[in-house]
Amino acid sequence: MTTQALFSQLLIGLINGSFYALLSLGLAVIFGLLNVVNFCHGALYMLGALVAWYLLEHLGIGYWWALLISPLVVGLFGVVIERTMLRRLYGLDPLYGLLLTFGLALIIQGVARNYFGVSGEPYDIPSQLTGGKNLGFMFLPNYRAWVVAVSVVICSLTWFVVERTRVGAYLRAGTENSILVQAFGINVPRMLTLTYGAGVALAALAGVMAAPITRVSPLMGADLIIVVFAVVVIGGMGSIFGSIVTGFALGVIEGLTKVFYPEASNTVIFLIMAIVLLVKPAGLFGRTT
Amino acid sequence: MTAPGPSVEAAGPTVGAIPAVIPASTRSLRWLIVGMAVLLVVAPFVFYPVILMKALCLALFACAFNLLLGYSGLLSFGHALFFGGAGYIAGQAALVWGFPFELAVLTGTAAAAVLGLAVGWLAIRRQGIYFAMITLALAQMFYFYCLRAKFTGGEDGIQGIPRGKLLGVLSLNNNLTMYFVVLALFLFGFLAILRIVHSPFGHVLTAIRENEPRAISLGYKTDHYKLIAFVLSAALSGLAGGTKSIVFELASLTDVYWTTSGEVILIVLLGGLGTLFGPVVGAFVIVVVENYLAQLGGWVTVVQGALFVVCVLAFRRGIVGELSRLLHRPL
Repeated sequence: MTTQALFSQLLIGLINGSFYALLSLGLAVIFGLLNVVNFCHGALYMLGALVAWYLLEHLGIGYWWALLISPLVVGLFGVVIERTMLRRLYGLDPLYGLLLTFGLALIIQGVARNYFGVSGEPYDIPSQLTGGKNLGFMFLPNYRAWVVAVSVVICSLTWFVVERTRVGAYLRAGTENSILVQAFGINVPRMLTLTYGAGVALAALAGVMAAPITRVSPLMGADLIIVVFAVVVIGGMGSIFGSIVTGFALGVIEGLTKVFYPEASNTVIFLIMAIVLLVKPAGLFGRTT
Repeated sequence: MTAPGPSVEAAGPTVGAIPAVIPASTRSLRWLIVGMAVLLVVAPFVFYPVILMKALCLALFACAFNLLLGYSGLLSFGHALFFGGAGYIAGQAALVWGFPFELAVLTGTAAAAVLGLAVGWLAIRRQGIYFAMITLALAQMFYFYCLRAKFTGGEDGIQGIPRGKLLGVLSLNNNLTMYFVVLALFLFGFLAILRIVHSPFGHVLTAIRENEPRAISLGYKTDHYKLIAFVLSAALSGLAGGTKSIVFELASLTDVYWTTSGEVILIVLLGGLGTLFGPVVGAFVIVVVENYLAQLGGWVTVVQGALFVVCVLAFRRGIVGELSRLLHRPL
């Protein structure tokens, strides 16, 4: 086992962790306010990557614009979903929200597969980020460093907005008692819509960043969402900070498992989930309810 | 006015919310069951028995799932684990260990019960939405195990499982004979669930579904009840899955994948949550729909997804639930 291999797996783990963190962050924000477990988060992550690919292939719009346009498009799509469908389920058992978004995930993935095929398409790394640096102990590809950096920035930004700004205060208050917040004259229904849109836009952003690393394929989000669910159970959905830390940490642990015991690399996160459930059922950062 | 529900992680009182039902008059219920049995006895002479056997296995699977979601209010998103897991074990027992049909199915069922005990023991530590996510994650872990394990044959699955002979005499290679054996197993499972639901134990389950804190305050150890319900549901799902793998002489990865867990949820939702006949009706509808849509290839998942959306938004009672409302009686 060379240190070279160890560090490169660690880096891959960190990359995966970035995606886990971005996705579980969106899930946590949506769940906190809407009380909906967004099963189509993985499908919308895929849609984000697909939109980026479409922009490049058919409209000649490159990575940098896609980084902006794709989350906007998917966020708008999310707004439509919330306005037309999710809205009808508030006040019912949250399980119905899970089932509805599961159905949506099947539709989105099914349609994408019919138009796109299962094999997927490559998406090139933008020219500014090709190549890499030799750090002495390992080779660091520029694009991967960029992904980790961006997701750390985005996660911190989201944390800042939710925990330290006025809008965030409304959000947190809405999580605690939405009727009271409404009584203070805040348009809660619009807040719910925008929160959902922002949450899925985060997923789309993760999708665009993932496009050059994994192939753009209709099923890229299907299994990922289940891992993210496990991440969320481990971290507990109560805290934004918790989901970010858990996401990165589990990505790294998964990367290390690939080095030392590759047979378990697919299952290690689920095993950790089982252990956490035994020791601290509310999750590492969760509040007991 | 949209007011989101309380953001506590509560066991859902509204899942499977059939209106508070007056106990069915047992006599008319008996006639309905006899009627269903007669229809199923005649069916193989009209329709292709193999399709019917698939529908019966799915119907039993759905009935077992309904015991959990419809009557106990627990949404498991990982029931494929028990269905497919039992399929593998039963297949292994029949093919490699040379067990006769009934013993192979029994082994599969027992294995599913053990798996159900392990998964349920972990999952009942959390409620509501977390319960769903945990069962899904554990089932996915099992899927990856099956993908790598030797005896499951990975992507190929276990092929060429022999149907064997019933009790060592009656050859099951004839589809019609096989059909009646499957029908008998289905009816056994169906009646067992009927018995469970109408027992004092079943009433406690319903109480937990409606209001768990209250059931606890009345002195019931709800975790025990939930775990037993989970194991029963897992075992009956295993009975369905073990039978299916032997009937089709194949145990494959599809049956342990999350799509199968989703499919059984759809069947129960479409047929009617918490109704006795809903899962059976749902299973036959889904099998027919999928059979007709088979030539459309990839669109099957889209149709399934659309059915989910329609059921959740506009048709939460399901087919039998709506019928039951129209007739003012539980079905």
